[in-house]
Amino acid sequence: MNILVSIKQVPDMESKFKVNKEGTWYDGADLAWRMNEYDEYAVEQAVQLKEKTGADLTVICIGPERVKEAMKKALAMGCDRGVHVVDEASFEKDPYSIAAIIAEFARPKSFDLIFTGMQSQDRGSAQVGTLAAEMLGLPCITTIVDFAFEKGTVTVKRELEGGVKARVTAPTPALVTCQLGLNTPRYPTLPNIMKAKKKELLSLPVADLLNISVQQETTRLYFPEKKGGGLVLEGDLGDLADKLIRILKEKTTVLA
Amino acid sequence: MKTLLVAEYREGRLQNNVNDLMAFANKAGADSTMFLVGSKTDLPQFQGKLYLADTEKCGEYNPEVHKELLLDVVAKVKPDMVIFSHSSYGWDLAPRVAFALKATQISEVVDFVDGVPIVPVCNSKLRRKVTPKTDITVLTLQAGAFSLTDQTPVTPIVEMISTPATGTIRFGGYEQAEKGGIDLTKAQVIVSAGRGIGKPENIGMIAKLAQALKGEYGASRPVVDSEWAEHNRQVGTTGQTVSPKLYMACGISGAIQHLAGMKKSEFVVAINTDKDAPIGEMADVLVVVDLKQFIPLLTERILAL
Repeated sequence: MNILVSIKQVPDMESKFKVNKEGTWYDGADLAWRMNEYDEYAVEQAVQLKEKTGADLTVICIGPERVKEAMKKALAMGCDRGVHVVDEASFEKDPYSIAAIIAEFARPKSFDLIFTGMQSQDRGSAQVGTLAAEMLGLPCITTIVDFAFEKGTVTVKRELEGGVKARVTAPTPALVTCQLGLNTPRYPTLPNIMKAKKKELLSLPVADLLNISVQQETTRLYFPEKKGGGLVLEGDLGDLADKLIRILKEKTTVLA
Repeated sequence: MKTLLVAEYREGRLQNNVNDLMAFANKAGADSTMFLVGSKTDLPQFQGKLYLADTEKCGEYNPEVHKELLLDVVAKVKPDMVIFSHSSYGWDLAPRVAFALKATQISEVVDFVDGVPIVPVCNSKLRRKVTPKTDITVLTLQAGAFSLTDQTPVTPIVEMISTPATGTIRFGGYEQAEKGGIDLTKAQVIVSAGRGIGKPENIGMIAKLAQALKGEYGASRPVVDSEWAEHNRQVGTTGQTVSPKLYMACGISGAIQHLAGMKKSEFVVAINTDKDAPIGEMADVLVVVDLKQFIPLLTERILAL
């Protein structure tokens, strides 16, 4: 059995973002980078399946040199090998192009299961996994919060609005996109981090896998206008507490 | 410009986000047609033509079949844009349809200015203008970003549709959220904990502040996912939608799914170290401070009143 998990490296969302000179994306300098949170759940689920079935597990990631850090984490979590699709301009690729790269890599490999995050934290399109599945002609189940695999069938729960879940099954080969809370992603242990250093990490130039052009472009990236916004309080702890209590007394009835 | 609006149906009911779709069509000044896999028993208040497939035959969730139905309608209507809600139904179905139509999809649209869709980036800290380069465009709309002001009761012109497609994905029923003892929807005061509380032990200080204010404590999704709080305390799209007199968001950055669950609160106080956190947009007062020091002090002073 062969499994693929696709991950992305994204900036820490608490970062102070700056818009780049061209005004079309955020400036990549001075940002802390990490594995997309949704993908951590995808990696964990793939590793659990590998441990249960003895399957072979590949992790793929598209981007510049720095994304190897996220890949090393995935390897330390338990993936067998990494495929780094080297692309300095991955940030400007639309979901369609990213999906096409993943599908082009996966097509000849005949993976039984492909895991992705349900979306990335920066673009948040929630498209890449589903598009890749469509390109490969695989059934795709999105937004899963529970996963089981037996005898060529995946049985999952999809998360819907209002805390409701839908029970869904599909035959493999299939692709699933993982929602937060699906499992508890493990922290790589030191011995596993050391072991991961010896694992295969193949680099492929993006040109080998991409033969289509983008379908959409970001014409401008900007900070949203502050909509009037509220009062911002800063300063000494004690003063802040007194000020806030005064405001609550004036504007609400909760302290009456 | 022609739009095809994709309405949703779940557990035997038309979903309210159909109004967002119509509001978008109004704003875009578009002629619109609607698509629904639903039932004649609960029709949208839509003035125009509705292509309706029956959930009895086609299921409420059967994306492969719904895709085929929708593609048939697109071939008839020839829309410039196909519009979904950015919901568990919409984000699931939209890319399948976009791929089949060789259309680009622009997800979670929050605004539409001079014909250009605007979407959030990085947890709503940034926005981007997106220019589509395909003949047809597929959009998914952020919940609540477009809202309908007035609505007169109308009945659509219904044309029933069907497909021989069956698909390989099987739906096996719904599971309702576990109903716990805590009904946040009736609370007058809610103090909610976000990831910024740092560690599970700090739930205690949030609970104490809530108690001092005679309210309940709530939590954001990451806190519930980390099992620092029970799911029945989760505020947001996948938890409870609340409308207290006072909502205090402690260490909550303000993901859209959370904001959707608390935006009807009468008065909002945010306590956060990040001055730029999106919760600031929604807050009447933003206290920029380390909550681990501030909250015990605030609780003490409230109790001393």
